[in-house]
Amino acid sequence: MIEILTGLAAGIIGGMGIGGGTILIPALVFFIKVTQQIAQSINLISFIPAASLAVYIHYKNGNIEKDMLIPLIISGVIGAIVGSISAVKLDPSLLKKIFSGFLFIMGTYEIFSKKPVKKP
Amino acid sequence: MKPRGKISLWIMGFIAGIINGLCGSGGGTILVPSLVFLSKVRDHHAHATAIAVILPLTVISSFIYAKSGIIDMNITIKVTIGTVIGAYIGSKMLNKLPINILRKLFGIFMIIAAIRMVIK
Repeated sequence: MIEILTGLAAGIIGGMGIGGGTILIPALVFFIKVTQQIAQSINLISFIPAASLAVYIHYKNGNIEKDMLIPLIISGVIGAIVGSISAVKLDPSLLKKIFSGFLFIMGTYEIFSKKPVKKP
Repeated sequence: MKPRGKISLWIMGFIAGIINGLCGSGGGTILVPSLVFLSKVRDHHAHATAIAVILPLTVISSFIYAKSGIIDMNITIKVTIGTVIGAYIGSKMLNKLPINILRKLFGIFMIIAAIRMVIK
């Protein structure tokens, strides 16, 4: 039950456009006591169903800049492969430190950003 | 699109992919402002395009994590039920709450979480 509640809370915050999935990962580490890698894996997979629906709706409404997709996705896939292989191979405590740095920057960004924007 | 604009798209995609794979989140969070500021995409279209880019990257990253044995399907399913419902509730609350105050509040939470993850 705590898993569903943690997801629910993070989903509400993310749905309001705050922090994206970044907030779910520390919540999983603190409340469910999973490792950093598992928390990241859970966040990645749990993003897929709602994001698929969002992409479908945005596509139908013509909101996606299609001519930008090819360069972004091709280079993004290369980056994703490099990033993910590094994440699974890194020492969990080092990965935690890298993630903490990233979370710190994201937190600072949320404090100073002005517009309510929705992020995946 | 100008050639220079195109090169920046390749770089943006690559960085978003690395962050998303390495930190298990946040690719979209950095892609949205990059698209708005560097490529002059309208806010709403930037969000839609960012999700359309991050979705395939997340599928690939999830696959790499899972193949390395970094997966916990039991927790993932429970958390996902929570995040999907939560995201729906959050998006409905978007216009009813003082989002900019909440954004700063959660920004502070994220910074505290980041510090606590390093100092235990």
